[in-house]
Amino acid sequence: MLAESLALTAALFIIGVIGVLVHRNAIIIFMCVELMLTAVNLTFVAFSRFYGTAGQVFVVFVMTVSAAEAAVGLAIIIAIFRHRQTINLQDINLLRG
Amino acid sequence: MLLQAVASASAQVHPLSGTIAEWVWLLPVLPLIGFVSNGLLSLNSAHFGPADPGMADHHPHSPAAAEAAVVAHGEESGAPGDNHHAVKRHRWAGVTSIIGPGVVILAFGLAVAIWQAMVSANPEAPFIQRYFSWMPVGDLQIDAAIQLDQLSMVMVLVITGVGALIHIFSVGYMRDDPGYPRYFSYLNLFVFFMLVLVLGSNYPVLFVGWEGVGLCSYLLIGFWFSDKVNADAGKKAFIVNRIGDFGFMVAMFMLFANIGVLDFVGVNARALDLGVGSALVTTICLFMFLGCTGKSAQIPLYIWLPDAMAGPTPVSALIHAATMVTAGVYLIARSAALFSLSPVASLTVAVIGALTAIFAATIGLKQWDIKKVLAYSTISQLGYMFIGVGVGAYVSGMFHLVTHAFFKALLFLGSGSVIQAMHTAYHATHNTEDAQDMRNMGGLRRYLPVTFVLMWIATLAISGIPPLSGFFSKDEILGSVFARAHGSALASASWLGIPGGTLLYLIYGIGLAAALLTAVYMTRMMLYTFHGPTRTGTEEEKYLGEAPWVMTGPLVILGILTVAGGWLNLPKVVTDRVPLGPGELFGHFLDPVVGSATTRIVGGAAEVPAATEEALIGLAVLIAVTGIVFAVLRLKPANVPPRRDAIPETGFEGVVAHKYYVDEALERTVVEPTYVVSRSFLWRFIDNGLIDGLFVNGSAALARAFGWIGSRLQTGNTGIYAWSLVVGVLLLLGAFTLR
Repeated sequence: MLAESLALTAALFIIGVIGVLVHRNAIIIFMCVELMLTAVNLTFVAFSRFYGTAGQVFVVFVMTVSAAEAAVGLAIIIAIFRHRQTINLQDINLLRG
Repeated sequence: MLLQAVASASAQVHPLSGTIAEWVWLLPVLPLIGFVSNGLLSLNSAHFGPADPGMADHHPHSPAAAEAAVVAHGEESGAPGDNHHAVKRHRWAGVTSIIGPGVVILAFGLAVAIWQAMVSANPEAPFIQRYFSWMPVGDLQIDAAIQLDQLSMVMVLVITGVGALIHIFSVGYMRDDPGYPRYFSYLNLFVFFMLVLVLGSNYPVLFVGWEGVGLCSYLLIGFWFSDKVNADAGKKAFIVNRIGDFGFMVAMFMLFANIGVLDFVGVNARALDLGVGSALVTTICLFMFLGCTGKSAQIPLYIWLPDAMAGPTPVSALIHAATMVTAGVYLIARSAALFSLSPVASLTVAVIGALTAIFAATIGLKQWDIKKVLAYSTISQLGYMFIGVGVGAYVSGMFHLVTHAFFKALLFLGSGSVIQAMHTAYHATHNTEDAQDMRNMGGLRRYLPVTFVLMWIATLAISGIPPLSGFFSKDEILGSVFARAHGSALASASWLGIPGGTLLYLIYGIGLAAALLTAVYMTRMMLYTFHGPTRTGTEEEKYLGEAPWVMTGPLVILGILTVAGGWLNLPKVVTDRVPLGPGELFGHFLDPVVGSATTRIVGGAAEVPAATEEALIGLAVLIAVTGIVFAVLRLKPANVPPRRDAIPETGFEGVVAHKYYVDEALERTVVEPTYVVSRSFLWRFIDNGLIDGLFVNGSAALARAFGWIGSRLQTGNTGIYAWSLVVGVLLLLGAFTLR
């Protein structure tokens, strides 16, 4: 049962990682990051089924933080779009050394 | 039993404790007080050299100075001083005149009182006063402590006594110098360091005084530092002395490394551990002697002393004739326990002393500057002292040190009196002639009668005419050399393959030859200065005159000492014949300090028979008289042209007049290569290339390069960051799982 759950979450996580790596649109990358977080949450839940409820506590924390992060992240994306008329990350390289 | 004996010995009270000798610390402190107070006075309305707009330098060559001279003439009666320089009495000159000589006179009074206590107590062991621990480093314990024994007592009396006279003379000589309080603060500081040198109870404290007098010598040689020549002379003295000090320090390090103590009592006690005649003790002594050649101006480091005459004449009298330059002789007498262990080192000292004595005497024959004659004479006489301490006649060496302090101080102060008269005359007539050149003098006996008589007394003393002091001390040294050529520890040693006995006879011969030359060049100096027609100039003759009493007074006292100094240590051969009181007083006085070392060197040498001794004395006197008569007959002061008409000497005379071109040779072989190496290698390559280029700028360039590489990684492209993050995580995971 645990093995199947972990396989699922690993698949979800890798999909998220690949999404982050291959996409250029900030919103899509953002959604892929959320997908990775969700995969981690699932892992926690799966483990809590076998090793006690501490995992579920972490799930609540992760959801809280990701909600806050989503709010801040979307706000930044909107600000960037207003400024540069694009959310293509390849065009946004102000921090180049 | 043994412990008890040790305890009772340490509990034994020194005969000097509880007497005035407890106040010995005050001896150096008095001149130190003088230094501080005069130094503070000199800071008020100080003269900062020619750049100071309020102080036009009275230099006859500069047009601005000529104006100043006209203004100055209203209130100035004359300008003493060796050469042309600023004339303006300092605001605090009066106070300085009291403090400067006052502290040294007080110190002399205290020294006499302590000497009285010492004579009545007659202690066998040195009186040591510990004040505080200076350097407690592991096994090395160095105290700031004073050692009072007969040897240091003699030096203290000479330093404070002759020093006080020279201070009083300076009041007259330097009275119109704008740097008057500065002069006296340096002079007081010198007396302080000199007393530290002779009173220190260990080598490091002695070294502090040794360096301190070197500093004061430098400051006073360059006292009129606005003339580059004077400043350069000061630097030369300082740098040449560094070479000698290096030797002294190496000797100290070796002493500590091998016997672990540096205080005189400890070194004397453990000196035998170094081994009699061992290579170790010879090396230590030779390094120590290197220090002495620097400070006491012996071959090869004598070159600074003639240049040191750039300082004021009383400075030449005090530092460069009577006291500081004799520090090397004192050091060897102080280290007699070491030198007496090494016949080779002792013979080296005597050989160098003899060579210096004859070498400097020949140069003295052809000098025209009155102070240069005396400078080479000093070097030559120091050579005599080193012959004395070299052959283990420590008493004779110290005796000559004392009498030389009397008559050479008299000669220098007398020359100061002459120079000040000449300078006054040239100053009054705005003549730019050299006030120190004997070709400009002549016939001065008519104008300076007191100086004339006293300088002749000193000249006869230095030439060795009985019964003046120089005769006794010089004769004693030569007699000791002769006596030790047979049967002594030195005679049986060999020096560079030469048997010691032969070498000692050779040294004796050189000593006699140097005595002959001494008589000749001193008589020559007197003839050209005081006899014959006056070459100063008809206008100038009106201004020539004797110095004030404050200058002639010390001369008279030194004259009395020069005449009577021989009574300090009358030889037995004299006291047996003539009832002049007890003989060899000085020898008996110093016996507790250097007696055992002398005995070790003398070894089995037999006493010279009285008849031989009389013959030797007769020979020495004959040679001195011959020298004087030869000079009087040969030299005709009337035929000497004034300096401006002088024709340069040629041939060998020219070589001697140019001091054998030693300075020029050193310039070529040492100074210039040093400059070239410093400029092209040390400066251009090491400093500019390696240190500035490679290390300083190189490290900056390296940091910049790393920064450039690091900045290329910051592309600002989020995708690349994400990729590198993932790759990094995978690598780490792989590394951890596959491990």
